[in-house]
Amino acid sequence: MSQNTPMPERVDQIVASYQARSTALIMVLQEVQQEYSYLPPEALQRISERMDLALSQIYGVATFYKAFSLEPRGKHLVSVCTGTACHVRNSQSILERLERDLHVERGQTSTDREVTLETVNCVGACALGPVVLIDGKHYGHLTVGEVEKLVEVIRQCPCSVQH
Amino acid sequence: MRPIASPKELNDLRGRLRAAHDPNHTWVQLCAGTGCLACGCEPVADAFRQKIRGEGLEEIVHLKLTGCHGFCERGPLAVIQPQGVFYQRITPDDVESIVDQTIKHGKVVTKLLYRDPATKTRIEKAEDIPFYKKQVRLVLRSNGHIDPKSIEDYIAFGGYSGLAKALTTMEPERIVDEIKRSRLRGRGGGGFPTGVKWETCRKSKEEPKYVICNADEGDPGAFMDRSVLEGNPHSVIEGMIIGAYAIGSHEGYVYVRHEYPLAVKHLNIALGQARELGLLGPNILGTGFAFDIGVSRGGGAFVCGESTALMASLEGKVGEPRAKYVHTVEHGLWDKPSNLNNVETWANVPLILEHGADWFASIGTEGSKGTKVFALTGKICNTGLVEVPMGITLREILHEIGGGVPGKKKFKAVQTGGPSGGTLIVETRDAKIMHSMEEAGEIAPGDAVTSLLDLPVDFDELTKAGSMMGSGGMIVMDQDSCMVDVARYFIHFLIEESCGKCLPCREGLRKLHEILERITKGGGTPEDIQTLQEISDTLIDTSLCQLGGSAPNPVLSTLRYFRDEYDAHIRDKRCPAGVCKDLVGYAITADCVGDAKCAKVCPTEAITGGPRNLQVIDQSKCIQCDACYQVCTFNAIVRVKRDRAAEVQVAARQAWKPVKERTQAEARA
Repeated sequence: MSQNTPMPERVDQIVASYQARSTALIMVLQEVQQEYSYLPPEALQRISERMDLALSQIYGVATFYKAFSLEPRGKHLVSVCTGTACHVRNSQSILERLERDLHVERGQTSTDREVTLETVNCVGACALGPVVLIDGKHYGHLTVGEVEKLVEVIRQCPCSVQH
Repeated sequence: MRPIASPKELNDLRGRLRAAHDPNHTWVQLCAGTGCLACGCEPVADAFRQKIRGEGLEEIVHLKLTGCHGFCERGPLAVIQPQGVFYQRITPDDVESIVDQTIKHGKVVTKLLYRDPATKTRIEKAEDIPFYKKQVRLVLRSNGHIDPKSIEDYIAFGGYSGLAKALTTMEPERIVDEIKRSRLRGRGGGGFPTGVKWETCRKSKEEPKYVICNADEGDPGAFMDRSVLEGNPHSVIEGMIIGAYAIGSHEGYVYVRHEYPLAVKHLNIALGQARELGLLGPNILGTGFAFDIGVSRGGGAFVCGESTALMASLEGKVGEPRAKYVHTVEHGLWDKPSNLNNVETWANVPLILEHGADWFASIGTEGSKGTKVFALTGKICNTGLVEVPMGITLREILHEIGGGVPGKKKFKAVQTGGPSGGTLIVETRDAKIMHSMEEAGEIAPGDAVTSLLDLPVDFDELTKAGSMMGSGGMIVMDQDSCMVDVARYFIHFLIEESCGKCLPCREGLRKLHEILERITKGGGTPEDIQTLQEISDTLIDTSLCQLGGSAPNPVLSTLRYFRDEYDAHIRDKRCPAGVCKDLVGYAITADCVGDAKCAKVCPTEAITGGPRNLQVIDQSKCIQCDACYQVCTFNAIVRVKRDRAAEVQVAARQAWKPVKERTQAEARA
């Protein structure tokens, strides 16, 4: 699909698939984000025109929900589960070590745009805790000592994430 | 398939489906829930497909990818039917022996059976495993048996018969009455009587009316709603159609968390199939009743679990809640009467219609009927989903079903109700805590040991003990969990999730966090306890919605049961559990065998000593990352008060002996 269609047209298609209904705003934003891995400002502008909604309202929604990012994301997405079950199994120490080894803080993307490190509140794989997802793949029962291997996985993986 | 035009046709279809089920065929029911997917069930499924094809068994052996079986700890797992053999921790390499021995020759592969750690025996059938034995699986009855992508499977298992009965033999008022008599209470956490909610919504004059399913399961450590939607989506759809008919609604919505892609997928497939068979649409089962359901994916905001916020989000707006004095059953979605129930509540509805209110009310306690699904996680041997009758004790859930705490550690507490729930102490001899519990009437005067283990689990008992049922997350903590840190963790979680609309929640939580953080860093003062109490009380009294109103629960419940831990942090600048980094120092004791694993994982090269020698941590280089503690299998690394670490190491140097020179008694110790 997609990357080949120029942005305004692609956004129009998405908006049209929901008949430009204002109630579908969240779903429109989700699809746009899926397309570009974040919400580019031009896309938001276009949505505002097509759906006849104030840009401020769109920004309100886009910044309220966690699923949306206004910044481009890295090639690899590393999500550390910080749900309660993982927390009591010491996910905090895994997260700190990842920050240290990947040279990127939680919620941020590395300067070379290789890695985005984020935290999620429970991915529901509590039996595997502490869990880290790398590009959607689960790595469970982790210890801090194993983070080094994870970093290798990230560095060597040629694939990129399907946002 | 052509639409089913009457309940009789549905019955006929069920009869045909059952007749087509050949009892001589084999079904491999492989769990493909999110937990098992995460631990690698897909390669196992591929291996089965390949082997079945390779052996030419496609006609008589069928692989069925089912929803969650519940025993996540032992995944990937499968049940071989009709023998009912339960295999666990299956790898792709095991598939060959399962097919060759069990399927072809009826022999059991012993090494793949569950081994009971208590009796050290292998157990063949799931129902004999302690984890399953005490469960009463109603909502999860078909999870693990049916293919969630097949409406035929659901119908063959008796699905949609509750709907047929409701639509053709019962007036809407009688359905409402039946639900009222069953005394079903909302499973999302609030515990509001479902029938009463339906009745109010039904009586509301405005039109149209909406029914909504809350699948925005935001509590970390809770995944029962996801498992129901993933494993048995039709049970929720059936419940919603019955509810819509009873209330007089023709339009419904399911609001699903965006982190649950598999649930969304299975739900959408199920909705498509239901429409095709005329179980949704303009003329359901030929009765003329019209109803359909739309799916809305949430944007990832915990507060949207709150009904008014969820409805705002469904309207495409920012998910801010509003004050509750205007009831959503009268003014909800688009200001119209809206009936919102959670996934598990909806999934109970078809059962009640099928088996009757009296049957349902015969399960559970006086105030809480039926069963409840809990997600048992944290420091517990058998992590997973368990469904138990209301009124079962914590002891039965934690010890008998859960198998207790792993690794000879001591139970400390169990947290229920999610971030806005409370942390319950499991056992204590502390005189002060016992006194306060005596005053609250929770224990009889003169009890030697206070134990909440025998607390019956239902809505009212949990609330009385300072926690709440919540959506059903049950997180177990052991001696290595710091209760001040747990309180800080939850408040931090809630700060991120607070929508910011009302001041008490927005600012109060920040203040609470500031104080808790200071305590965990060793800067706490005795007055902080009082301030924590006061801010908590203010939040409870003045917050706009339940997120803020219940947010102080983790603080209040830990203050109540673990005051000694707060005191240790504040007075002695010590974290008894060894979790709070700023207070803890790492040291190596004389138990060290010199395998130097710790030195290998240390990121700052703070550990030296050389092979087969006592390892020593350079305190000036240590960053308290915990890597060495986690890797040491001899428990030779201890977390002590920061300024004692050096002292412990000096003592270790004096007492240490090379492994070879240790006496047997020393080695065992």
